[in-house]
Amino acid sequence: MIKTLFFTFLVAPIIKIVLGLSIKNRDRLPEKGPAIIIANHNSHLDTVALMCLFPLFFVKNVRPVAAADYWTKNKLITWFANNFIGVIPIKRKNDGTNKEDLLAPILEVLKQNKIVIYFPEGSRGNPEEMVQFKKGISHLAMNAPHVPIIPVFLYGLGKALPRGEGLLVPFICDVNIGAAKFWSGDKDQFVKDLQETINQLGSETRNFEKDKDSIYFG
Amino acid sequence: MSLFNFESMSVNYAMLGIIGVLTIASLLVFILTKKNPQKNYKELVLRIKSWWFIIAFFSLMVFAQVKIAIFCIAFVSFLAFKEYLSLIPIRKSDHRVLFWAYLSIPIQFYIISTGWYQLFIIFIPVYVFLFLPFRTVLIGDTNDFLANIGRIQWGLMTTVFSMGHLAYLLMLDPSKNLAGGRSGLLIYVVALTQFNDVAQYCWGKSIGKHKIIPKVSPNKTWEGFLGGVATTSALSVLIAPYLTPITFPASLFIGFLLGAAGFVGDVNISALKRDIGVKDSGTLLPGHGGILDRIDSLSYTAPIFFHFVDYFFYK
Repeated sequence: MIKTLFFTFLVAPIIKIVLGLSIKNRDRLPEKGPAIIIANHNSHLDTVALMCLFPLFFVKNVRPVAAADYWTKNKLITWFANNFIGVIPIKRKNDGTNKEDLLAPILEVLKQNKIVIYFPEGSRGNPEEMVQFKKGISHLAMNAPHVPIIPVFLYGLGKALPRGEGLLVPFICDVNIGAAKFWSGDKDQFVKDLQETINQLGSETRNFEKDKDSIYFG
Repeated sequence: MSLFNFESMSVNYAMLGIIGVLTIASLLVFILTKKNPQKNYKELVLRIKSWWFIIAFFSLMVFAQVKIAIFCIAFVSFLAFKEYLSLIPIRKSDHRVLFWAYLSIPIQFYIISTGWYQLFIIFIPVYVFLFLPFRTVLIGDTNDFLANIGRIQWGLMTTVFSMGHLAYLLMLDPSKNLAGGRSGLLIYVVALTQFNDVAQYCWGKSIGKHKIIPKVSPNKTWEGFLGGVATTSALSVLIAPYLTPITFPASLFIGFLLGAAGFVGDVNISALKRDIGVKDSGTLLPGHGGILDRIDSLSYTAPIFFHFVDYFFYK
């Protein structure tokens, strides 16, 4: 409830009106869970922008995976993350626990037929610069082989709110949604495939292609 | 004070007329799609659909009380400026400069809403023009300094300063426009500008032969341009007495001026898009492209019309 209100009156107006999304291949977005949305990660806004792709009454069923070390830093942040965003906190570093245990909370949420948002890059990095995908996504797919993985390319949010910048400046953000993928059987190959798919979605995104060669890029 | 104002009968009729024209266009497209199901009219259908959204929003500018109407025009300015910035190359170091550039939009339209003409006319060309380079200098990135302050100021002039003239039309003394009241001038310039776009397109499509400016816009022809200007001038003479204080020979001249200025505004944005290497400025209006694709002509006709009518009929 509080999450739906938060998105209806604050997040969606900022993402859809102040910034504005230019969405390509909208029909590829899943209408119901379980599903995993993966995307390139540039800005704090990526998560909420992806959540805003869904109808507002549905947002309560969309849960982003987030780094536990960041989102459980103090009680206030934890309370906000739980009630307003509904994050699934997972540990970023493997401290001896096996991988399946780390991913268990995500699999649990997928079992409830929810949609999970996952950033395979792990961290935000420099604006609009994609780093190598980590293997976590392969482990997740392996353990949920029937769940569709929808790759999404985001561009522009890193310009609107770059890392280390507190001031939001409006830019129209491009969202290009790819066709659903399923676990293919090979860990390294799967990660590579997903990365290539997102690169391909990027090359179909006009503003990204145009800016990529500009002297101001990155 | 009521929220809406339907006092001027001719403005009401004009809006009804516009809605009528669009209804006929929608019916024609509907019949076309039924008659030739094998042909693809998706683009045309989307275009008509977007026109309905535009008309709905425009009605708000025409009938709502002045402050709300000005707010709506400010919102259009904001959308256009944002689209422009999303299109052009932007330096990362200009992030905070852009914040101030955006901030000039609410200030400019607030000034308009107070009716302070002298400040409205100098705020962006003088104060913002002086302030933004100063803010850029404080950041200290001199790489392509000139190109960047130039780009930002050009965007503000085109999308905010020019469009602001539409809003200031609502602040002119309505007692000098007995026929059209407060909104008559706004509806007159916007309708004629958009009509001129369509007329030039139709004339060009049907009898266009001699290219007028092939390097910028290969589909524009002399036949389209002259036919459009003539049709717009005729319509101007016809409707000016009902919506504006403009009298006969002047109404012919202003029709001609709007037709010509609309053309220049159109190819101006075409040149910008060609420079950047895009076909449409955005995706906000399906079938049209972006908002800049729709207000390109207005960025020229609005200030030219405003100063003409202000000088000759409101002084």
